[in-house]
Amino acid sequence: MAIIKVERPKLSFGEKIYFGAALKGMVITLGHAFRSLLGKTTGAEELNSSGVGVTMQYPEQKWDDKLPEYYRGAPALVTDERDRERCVSCQLCEFICPPKAIKITPGEIPSDNEWAKVEKRPLEFDIDMIRCIYCGMCEEVCPEQAIYLRPDYVITGTNRTEMVHDKERLYEIGGKRVGLVNKWNDLK
Amino acid sequence: MDTTLLIAAAIKIAVFIGITMSFVSICVIFERRFSAIIQDRVGPNRTMIPLSILGFKKDLALPIGGLTQPVADGLKFILKEDFTPSYVRKLFFWLAPVLVVVPALLTMAVIPFGSPMEIAGNVIPMAVADLNVGPLYIFAIASLSVYGITLAGWASNSKYPFFGGVRACAQMISYEIALGLSIVPVLMFFGGLNLGHIVEDQVTNGWLLLPLWNEGGFIISSGYWADPQASIQRLLLLIPIFVSFIIFTTSIFAETNRMPFDLPECETELVGGYHTEYSSMKFALFFMGEYAAMVVGSALIVTLFLGGWSIGFGIDNLLPVGAWWVSLLHIGVFLGKVTFFILFFILVRWTVPRFRYDQLMNLGWIVFFEAALINVFLAALVIAYPSIGIMGLAIGFALLITATILLIKIAKSSLEKPSATAV
Repeated sequence: MAIIKVERPKLSFGEKIYFGAALKGMVITLGHAFRSLLGKTTGAEELNSSGVGVTMQYPEQKWDDKLPEYYRGAPALVTDERDRERCVSCQLCEFICPPKAIKITPGEIPSDNEWAKVEKRPLEFDIDMIRCIYCGMCEEVCPEQAIYLRPDYVITGTNRTEMVHDKERLYEIGGKRVGLVNKWNDLK
Repeated sequence: MDTTLLIAAAIKIAVFIGITMSFVSICVIFERRFSAIIQDRVGPNRTMIPLSILGFKKDLALPIGGLTQPVADGLKFILKEDFTPSYVRKLFFWLAPVLVVVPALLTMAVIPFGSPMEIAGNVIPMAVADLNVGPLYIFAIASLSVYGITLAGWASNSKYPFFGGVRACAQMISYEIALGLSIVPVLMFFGGLNLGHIVEDQVTNGWLLLPLWNEGGFIISSGYWADPQASIQRLLLLIPIFVSFIIFTTSIFAETNRMPFDLPECETELVGGYHTEYSSMKFALFFMGEYAAMVVGSALIVTLFLGGWSIGFGIDNLLPVGAWWVSLLHIGVFLGKVTFFILFFILVRWTVPRFRYDQLMNLGWIVFFEAALINVFLAALVIAYPSIGIMGLAIGFALLITATILLIKIAKSSLEKPSATAV
């Protein structure tokens, strides 16, 4: 290996005095500030900038249209095309859930019910959204394709009880799923 | 003493301390917003007035672009836990933040904020104390803040604050010399140390850095050239004064521990420097002291070099003397100029990278000290030109150039590293 000895560059008098370079730097910085203020920063367009720099003003502006198909947001329960609960409270999701966020109280379907042959349904179904890590294991393990991770990501509350999604809320987020949904195909 | 003057003095103290303190908070919001814009961000722009903690239903959101952010910052500092580590030297630990913030506020006393106001027959200067030793007073008081920072570093009884304190001590004392020497040409030109008089002189004869008009009129009119020798001398004087300006401004940066010279608190090396162990309001006092020093520094630069409160371009002479609204207008102009300089401080922060410590010391002791010294003699030559004549000027220049070459030689040899065998 040849040894390359790197010499320090010889500076001219103007460079040594440093003043011109500092002034030039200030002009560049100020120019960049003006471009940023006018919203002309590189990449401001595709980053959905609010007009200053490249920053998007979050609660008013959102990126929902750019969410990928496989986005894993809040887990939610779904009903089928005849508004039946798909969940049969087998509690597999409760057992698989790594942070133990899901709590199910199973209930029996009374024998005079039209769908009595399903036998079980959840009496209560709580998901603690403070604990949930959005891993999607509940969706993967569910034999009835009753629980899905929806693209909702704005989950807020002012106290802990508000952050627990009960059954009603879960169905509200999940909505209706029509037809036999195979959980392995692309369409969610 | 007249009661009017006493009352006026009390009002002036309250108002000017208020202006300084509010400027400190304005500095903070400017720093945050301007830095954000330089870095393609938005910065704090949606701070509300939190009416909800007073029991109202909703917070009040005003379209003022986050101007209430400093209030929120201040409240946060007051409400935070004030933690004093068990191993610190308590007395000095508590004394240090005070020693930083008090000198910075005291120096504001001699800055003329506006033109003198006439109330009930009394002409009241718009400075808390219209001293005849203005800049000297500022240097004397401002140098006290070195104690604050050094004591903070020492009293924290921990490694990084100690390094920060030592660095700050060396840096601030070194740059005080350049700071003091660099304004000697300015004071020679004005022939006095009263900042109020200095500004009034600039009103009629043009700003120190912008002598575009004098009693006769603008530079393009013949009135300006009524005494051609004096006019040429004044324009020649721009060279030493510009050098003074550069050295003075840079030294102010070093004195206030601002960005290219912020080695006492550089977080990449020293965690937080001298205020590492401080929390809550004690930390906020350091913060305020730094920004207050920045405001005073800017005010001093504006007063000495850029005409202080004068609007300039001969407009001041058209306004009635002593009217209250003229004084207020001048205060506004002064604050505008100070704001401009604060923005300049922030711009420099995001442009010039931090110096290495030996480079900082070399710049202070070898470049600025010598340059300021030579500059004094250069200014003296130009000022003395009418009395010593062309021959005296030539001899003086020859001597000065010889001395300069000699000084540069000495400075260069002092920069050379001693060879290994020489030891």
